[in-house]
Amino acid sequence: MTAGTRASKESVDGPANQDEGALQSGHRGRPSSGVESTAVRGASRRRLPIIASISRLIDVEIDGKTVRAPEGSTILDACAGLGVDTPTLCYSESLAPVNACRVCVVEVEGSRVLVPACSRRVEKGMVVSTDSDRVRHSRRMVLELLGSSVDMSLAGPDVARWNEVYEVDAQRYGPPAPASAAGERDRRRPGHHEAPDGLTAANVAQPVKIDDELYIRDYSRCILCYKCTQACGEDAQNTFAISVAGRGFDATIATEYDAPLTDSACVYCGNCIGVCPTGALMPKSEYDMRQDGTWDESKQTTTRTVCTFCGVGCNLDLHVQDNKIVRVDSPKDHDVTHGNLCIKGRFGYSHVHPAFPGD
Amino acid sequence: MDLRLSSATATDAERSAVDALLGLPDTRWEGGDREDAADARIARTGAVQRARRTELLPVLHAVQKAIGWVSWGALNYVSLRLTVPPAEAYGVASFYAMLSTEPQAGRVIHVCDDVACRIAGAGAITDALRTQLGEHPSPSGACTFLDSPCLGLCERAPAVLVQRTGLDADLAIAPASPGHVPGLLAAGLSAPDYPEPVESIPQAAGPDRDKLRLLRRIGVVDPTSLAAYREAGGYAALDRAMDIGTQALRDEVTASKLMGRGGAAFPTGRKWSAVAEQSAQPHYLVCNADESEPGTFKDRVLMEGDPFALIEAMTIAAYATGCSYGYLYIRGEYPLATARLAAAIHQVREAGLLGGTDILGRGFCFDIELRRGAGAYICGEETALINSIEGFRGEPRNKPPFPVAVGLFAKPTVINNVETLLNVLDIVVDGGESYAAVGTPDSTGTKLFCLSGYVKMPGVYEVPFGATLRELLDLAGGITGSKRLQAIMLGGAAGTFVTEDALDTSLTFEGTREIGASLGSGVIFVLDDTVDLLDTLTRIAAFFRDESCGQCVPCRVGTVRQEEALVRLGRPSANGARGDDKALLADLAGVMSNASICGLGHTAATALSSALKAGLLDNAFQRADAVRTGAAGAKSATTSAEEER
Ligand SMILES: Cc1cc2nc3c(=O)[nH]c(=O)nc-3n(C[C@H](O)[C@H](O)[C@H](O)COP(=O)(O)O)c2cc1C
Ligand code: SF4
Ligand code: SF4
Ligand code: SF4
Ligand code: FES
Ligand code: FES
Repeated sequence: MTAGTRASKESVDGPANQDEGALQSGHRGRPSSGVESTAVRGASRRRLPIIASISRLIDVEIDGKTVRAPEGSTILDACAGLGVDTPTLCYSESLAPVNACRVCVVEVEGSRVLVPACSRRVEKGMVVSTDSDRVRHSRRMVLELLGSSVDMSLAGPDVARWNEVYEVDAQRYGPPAPASAAGERDRRRPGHHEAPDGLTAANVAQPVKIDDELYIRDYSRCILCYKCTQACGEDAQNTFAISVAGRGFDATIATEYDAPLTDSACVYCGNCIGVCPTGALMPKSEYDMRQDGTWDESKQTTTRTVCTFCGVGCNLDLHVQDNKIVRVDSPKDHDVTHGNLCIKGRFGYSHVHPAFPGD
Repeated sequence: MDLRLSSATATDAERSAVDALLGLPDTRWEGGDREDAADARIARTGAVQRARRTELLPVLHAVQKAIGWVSWGALNYVSLRLTVPPAEAYGVASFYAMLSTEPQAGRVIHVCDDVACRIAGAGAITDALRTQLGEHPSPSGACTFLDSPCLGLCERAPAVLVQRTGLDADLAIAPASPGHVPGLLAAGLSAPDYPEPVESIPQAAGPDRDKLRLLRRIGVVDPTSLAAYREAGGYAALDRAMDIGTQALRDEVTASKLMGRGGAAFPTGRKWSAVAEQSAQPHYLVCNADESEPGTFKDRVLMEGDPFALIEAMTIAAYATGCSYGYLYIRGEYPLATARLAAAIHQVREAGLLGGTDILGRGFCFDIELRRGAGAYICGEETALINSIEGFRGEPRNKPPFPVAVGLFAKPTVINNVETLLNVLDIVVDGGESYAAVGTPDSTGTKLFCLSGYVKMPGVYEVPFGATLRELLDLAGGITGSKRLQAIMLGGAAGTFVTEDALDTSLTFEGTREIGASLGSGVIFVLDDTVDLLDTLTRIAAFFRDESCGQCVPCRVGTVRQEEALVRLGRPSANGARGDDKALLADLAGVMSNASICGLGHTAATALSSALKAGLLDNAFQRADAVRTGAAGAKSATTSAEEER
């Protein structure tokens, strides 16, 4: 069996089969949901590591060049194999693709609309263009639409590069509208909105949510990539403390009724922080230093070590500035953690630092 | 899954609303309050428990109905009962316009201000309500009001829906007027005598009565009586379908060349065969009755006037595709159609034609569950609809996989529109070939059109495919108002604006394609030359901004930017130059149609692009600029447009 078919087997057939029992014994004899829908979402998303040697290879044409890609891999993988730079925002190797941002779209011959490279699997004889006018236009527009509505200043060097490559002009939508009051965006009624005046560009600017000393949520920077909800939910933590709430442009990442994190189901694993691509979720330590103007990545070192709290063996990346741990991450490509940690590994480092000067 | 809930608890009323639907909780785990020590060790988890999530929307509806909003305590109890994390339950509750996650007045008056109603005086109703209740009515008051997208009553515009807390059913009132307002606000609001659906079918009173096929029973056969339906030949089609067997049945449908009437125009025979051939079991049938495309009301008239026919047609579809369970997903704003269907399903079940294991003595078992939407146009998109039934947010899924392979509960699923399904009855009785003889070679059978706006007799019309736009306007008694045609919105808000020179277009799939339009959901919304088209288009832009699910960037932000740019276009411009905003709109149209996930984003710019391309807004622009250059520089474009009428 090839890795490709195994991937789809596990995500479609596996849980579906397990659920046969549930279907029969579902509430009041009704058909039932749950695992199966997870499987659907998984069907296009979850991927197993692809072992090229046991996968059937199929020929795909990308930008006029033929590549052999393992069956079950995505267009994004195939592009990477060719060294083609594909912008991605909502994609992460540790999470099932949600295909929401659409910045990775490519043109596939025979498809009326563009398709997301991050999730569409290669098919035999597929003809893909990654740099046509339509593709460039859509990528530029996605980046512009985000740039004009979200604070992308901490989204990293890749985004800055793509902004150049695709000649993004986020200013042409007008000056930004003033920031919303705290909580206002969390209470908008679905299906209703204030008519715009066209003078300013609507955006998601709002005050930072600070509920505790561990991490902050700055939804002015949120591109609604769904990564945090996946990391908190079925892809890693299974806590489901946060979800997308509301609808359309007024959709937000939220706890129920916008409750403070401290009153929510959050267990402070910080896995959402680890996947957030825009700095919307950030350790409080980092946030405070940025506010003080003391955060300086050029002065930081990163040390990989093993967490000492328990026997699981999670790897930690300790970011240290001025001899102090300022942030803890976990390597995404590590077999044990895939970037995930628990509250102890991510936030339990204060004992390393002397409590009193001179200790 | 171990749920962590806040300390908010449900009131007795909230608990009983939930329990009325789900039964009493049988363990403490699910929210029971027993002190039995053994009970404390019971945990209900796993697939069986998670499977209950499909009850989420019905339960939230029940809470909204009983209490008037979904409180935190009620949500916690619902979460416990169904093992849904509260954050996710909140994500679902906050997705729908008919559910409120904040306290609100017990009676919500939804005033349609969409395309047809706003030119028929909806504004005056809102003004009257505003005068009575103030701009922001108190949540503790008896009544509040909200603007609403199209309520599917456009032939009797303007329309109002009264959503009521407690035992009283919701009410739809159309035509409504400011004169209704005191009654709407008064305490003992009684149900209106709903006009019979046949009144929405002008042809039924005319010489064409005998030519009607899909509409022929409406106004003739009592829609509340199964016996009457059977007397009129009902259930002969199912009998014949079972005589010829599933394969032959699918062959007939394929031979009929029936195409889906829900907007995507997919061949029904192919869809059915694709599902029938899937080895995964079970298969599901879904009837898409979410009809929310502005200007569309045909499915409502069919369901109100001929509910048994839909049930029979669903049963045939289920038989043909091997489904033993079906969902009928009807939009939440259709009180009469919902009541008639619920009563009809009940009667049919009592008669053993649903629910049993031996329908018509052929060993076939099938049942239908009626599901109500809760105010979300996007839930008409088939994969969003599936997510909505499953208890998730109504966000469309990325395709492939398609529902025929991986649909409801990840099983092979047939989804068909109401009108599509009703065609099946005649295909079965007359045979696919003879069905295909009507219409044109590529568009077979008859088609329902929804005429509204400035026509003499608005309503649902049935014609064989091939009739021209002009013929339909003539059937409807011609253009009223100034009698001079400005434009026609063809296919819906996701459709195109066409003008005089399109009047001889044959209204077929291929004919409309030729002029760069589509049939959509059969909307023909007629505007005379007094209508402020800029205002109509601004409403359409606002509609898409409101109804975008928010999942993908092109549509979530693109619909916002489109509305903003359109507002700017309507402003007086210094030198008549609108190039920047026109270019912006073209760019937005490009990314939305190319890169969005679903059809909503793909078509969100279609109507506006077509109007701009046809120069339909040029007059409005000139008027705006004239105001600027003229003495009354301060006047807005809208006022000047109104003055010209
Ligand atoms: C935004 C959107 C809304 C839709 N709304 C409806 C609807 O209300 N009713 C409907 O039958 N189809 C609707 N559709 C089309 C459905 O996705 C689907 O194609 C249809 O139900 C299939 O049935 P048919 O083959 O019988 O037409 C909608 C599609 C989109 C993209
Ligand atoms: S810290 Fe962990 S539990 Fe809390 S919201 Fe983030 S992912 Fe969920
Ligand atoms: S908070 Fe971050 S991870 Fe979560 S949706 Fe927003 S941008 Fe994505
Ligand atoms: S196109 Fe619009 S409605 Fe469709 S998935 Fe994207 S955001 Fe949602
Ligand atoms: S990276 Fe592919 S859609 Fe976001
Ligand atoms: S009912 Fe108001 S526009 Fe359709």
